[in-house]
Amino acid sequence: MAAPVTPELEAAAERAQARRGLLVSLPAYAYLVVFFAIPLVIVFVVSVFGRRNPRGATVYGPPTLDAYRKIFEPGPDGSYLVLEIVWRSLWLSVVTTIVCLLLAYPLAYYIATRTPRVRNALLVLVMIPFWSNFLVRTYAWRVLLGRSGPVTAVTSALGLTDTPMIFTVNAVLIGLVYGFLPFMVLPLYAAIERMDWSLVEAARDLYASGWQAFRKITWPLSRPGVIAGSILVFIPAFGAYVTPEILGGSKTTLLGSYIVRQFLQARDAPFGSALSFVLMSVMLGATIVYFRTGARNL
Amino acid sequence: MTGRWISRLLGLHSWAVYVFFYAPIAVLVFLSFNDNRLVTVWTGASLRWYREMLENDQVLSAIRNSLIVAGVSTIVSVVLGTAAALGLERFRWRGRRIFDGLLYLPIIIPDVTMAVMMLLFFVQVFGLVELAFGPKIGLGLATISLSHVAFNISFVAVVVRARLAGLDPALEEAAADLYADRRQAFLHVTLPLIMPGVLGGALLALTLSLDDVVITSFVSGPGSTTLPVYVFGLVKRGVTPLINAVSTVMLVASMLLVFVSLIFQRGDGKVPQGTRQ
Amino acid sequence: MTGRRILALVGVLALVAAACAAPTTTEPTSATTAATPATTAATPATTGGAGDTEPAAADGVCAPGQTDGDLVLYNWTEYIDPELIDAFEAEYGVEVIEDFYPSNEEMFAKVSAGASGYDVVVPSDYMVSIMIDEGLLMPLQRDAIPNAANLDPKFVDVPYDPGNQYSMPYQWGTTGIAVNLDVVGEDFPETWGLIFDPALADQYAGQISMLDDPRESLGAALKYLGYSLNSTNEAELAEAAQLIADAKDRILLFDSDQFEDLLVAGETSIAHGWNGDFFAAFDAVSTDEFDAYEVYYYFVPEEGGVQWVDNMAILADAPHPCTAHTFINFILDAENGAALTNWNFYASPNAAATEYIDPEILEDPSIYPPPETLANLEFIADTGDFETKYSDYWEQAKS
Repeated sequence: MAAPVTPELEAAAERAQARRGLLVSLPAYAYLVVFFAIPLVIVFVVSVFGRRNPRGATVYGPPTLDAYRKIFEPGPDGSYLVLEIVWRSLWLSVVTTIVCLLLAYPLAYYIATRTPRVRNALLVLVMIPFWSNFLVRTYAWRVLLGRSGPVTAVTSALGLTDTPMIFTVNAVLIGLVYGFLPFMVLPLYAAIERMDWSLVEAARDLYASGWQAFRKITWPLSRPGVIAGSILVFIPAFGAYVTPEILGGSKTTLLGSYIVRQFLQARDAPFGSALSFVLMSVMLGATIVYFRTGARNL
Repeated sequence: MTGRWISRLLGLHSWAVYVFFYAPIAVLVFLSFNDNRLVTVWTGASLRWYREMLENDQVLSAIRNSLIVAGVSTIVSVVLGTAAALGLERFRWRGRRIFDGLLYLPIIIPDVTMAVMMLLFFVQVFGLVELAFGPKIGLGLATISLSHVAFNISFVAVVVRARLAGLDPALEEAAADLYADRRQAFLHVTLPLIMPGVLGGALLALTLSLDDVVITSFVSGPGSTTLPVYVFGLVKRGVTPLINAVSTVMLVASMLLVFVSLIFQRGDGKVPQGTRQ
Repeated sequence: MTGRRILALVGVLALVAAACAAPTTTEPTSATTAATPATTAATPATTGGAGDTEPAAADGVCAPGQTDGDLVLYNWTEYIDPELIDAFEAEYGVEVIEDFYPSNEEMFAKVSAGASGYDVVVPSDYMVSIMIDEGLLMPLQRDAIPNAANLDPKFVDVPYDPGNQYSMPYQWGTTGIAVNLDVVGEDFPETWGLIFDPALADQYAGQISMLDDPRESLGAALKYLGYSLNSTNEAELAEAAQLIADAKDRILLFDSDQFEDLLVAGETSIAHGWNGDFFAAFDAVSTDEFDAYEVYYYFVPEEGGVQWVDNMAILADAPHPCTAHTFINFILDAENGAALTNWNFYASPNAAATEYIDPEILEDPSIYPPPETLANLEFIADTGDFETKYSDYWEQAKS
């Protein structure tokens, strides 16, 4: 420590840092290259070199962008179906993310401010419903929102509406929020729980209102959790599948479902693969925009 | 004054969210006692479906497969994912950004695309292995676990990074000075500090693995059907309360497990939570 | 910073692509072409795989009742009586490893990738013809399946597999409409117009469900318009899609899984679906005091509907072809075929099984339709390249 820091030492330290960083990350890195990047290349190959043969199997030939072109072509009745679906998926997943954040933040805050044992119990209570089966849970929502379900009973008793909510966009939204809420709670909790509370108290003394203390200290400190949570909710919601079928009566097609149907019902793997790449680019793009602008100004 | 008011409101809100979480669970558990073959048509209470579950070898083997896959993939992905998060947050190295991007892709990719690509990949690998070494291998629990790890690493890493991002590196540096070797510093300082993130990541990984249908069904082989895949098929033949009974048992089992672990935690529960003074 | 991350990502993908492009592009091509000769050369080439210790038939010919290892069965969920599996295991001293798929398409996606390891699959009619064309199925050795003689002549020479060279029928059924008589009354025309004709259907708006399946639902619309449900005329298809788009506001949901439950639960009053599913649901809600058949009624509309057949077939790369033949023969046994139908309420193609089938099932017109209804039914046939049109028009109509 007492030794003077020379450029050589600094460079050596940097090299050591780089070596250690690579070493620590290497197992995961290698794993993802072998079991993700390489398979991903196969899908890319399918989207560019593959064609659907008359039976719906994939055959390979010279490269073509037909599968990608189809995405931007108008459908049989002249409307741009894929783009409409992308747009619908986009706003629905944005709304899902916002609702999740509004529900999860106070909850995560509440959990993080309990005593350690209560904290752990509350956190696990968030997760336990999700260890039942996804389909069974979603079908339970069908009962809750159905014609003879309690939600309809309440809304009609309040004189709001007699029409059950099931098989509407709102039902899909409820299903998505329900399904992805824990993805928001967990990172938020992880971020809030480690907060230095003496800072918050100091802020309380310094600022007049609790709101200001929250705005200036708590919120900025919990921001990494907000970012991680938003990503974990937004992205899977965008690719949602099954929920729009079961709760939306398959009348609200989202991109995830649409892609599944290309792979299965239409047996058009090249088009499905091309769509997947477009979805991934949109997602990556949206995430970057979010990092660049939204997250910084939160 | 307002502080107390706000904290009351917070509590109220939180319990309302818990009601939201458990409303469908209550329905699910209630309907598992339905005597009728149709889950939504109540004709009387009975334990019929619990009995049927215990007699159904398919269900039991599916539960076993699910637990194996979830256990293995959670453990492996927590170790790899935590290491990845550390490597990205604590060190600067070349290729770091590429890794960073690669790490997000498994979260972004649609399930069915990942399912198809894993299937094609494994089939290619099997072909190459057979060509090179002779033995015929096939899809099974191993390919399911490998695929689950591939997406779980990313989810674990994202959660752990959220935790690491705000931690003061000075703490760890001080620890590095304090403890003789790096391993000890990691075990005694860094790990306890990031433990809540690791735990959260593990819970997330476990949940994702227990719930995955699409990817699993594509990379499963003879005899390796997991519970969600079985249930997915069952739904096509009409939803029976059998799957509600299975879900209820899984819920009760996990609650018991959690309850027991919370009791055992009583003694040393404070250690991992050392951040708050 | 993030822009660079993307660039880096693209860079690494390009690198990996360059490294792996060679094996990955050529492999699938050779795999698909290799599959075809394998099937024409029949069994020996594909079945003599290493690792099988059981004495496989040396010349690839299976004798009736011969086994060459455990059976790996890839079937629809809940489609076979577990007792039949037990009986087969006991009789032949082999084990049956069961796996399940929820749709033809999922099975096809997996099997066509290769290396599935399954022996027997149970594809529906149109999927059989697809799989034959793709070289995924093994020609059956009729000598090893003497019980094929039990089959009803109607199912012996089917359009999707002329001469039953690759498949043996398992069970069959129809697609039609079931209604809640309390809602629609006793006096209504038996027509697809209950869904598509505004004059008839508007009063039931919000109580109608349709199958979430392009071929089935567009097929129903095509039938209503008087066209073939296998039409490859784009103008006809566009007309059918418009019909569904117009009916969309009336339709509560598109669903292929729970349509029968929703009908008997009172959520819908008019449901498009498969007969066996309805029958099972009516049966489930019937009690001593309540006969569901008084309230619910299934029919195939007068314009005609779909007839489907699920079939047993052996994969070209089946590891245990002889056990597979033996299993098919076992299911085609008269009593076993009847046991299947008595267990899951789908009609049996097995004529010899009739005497063992529960008379109540035999007399039910929703399971065994009268000849005049049968004459109106069509199989769904694969339309080749036109299939994506069905899917595109369907998506457009629904959203």
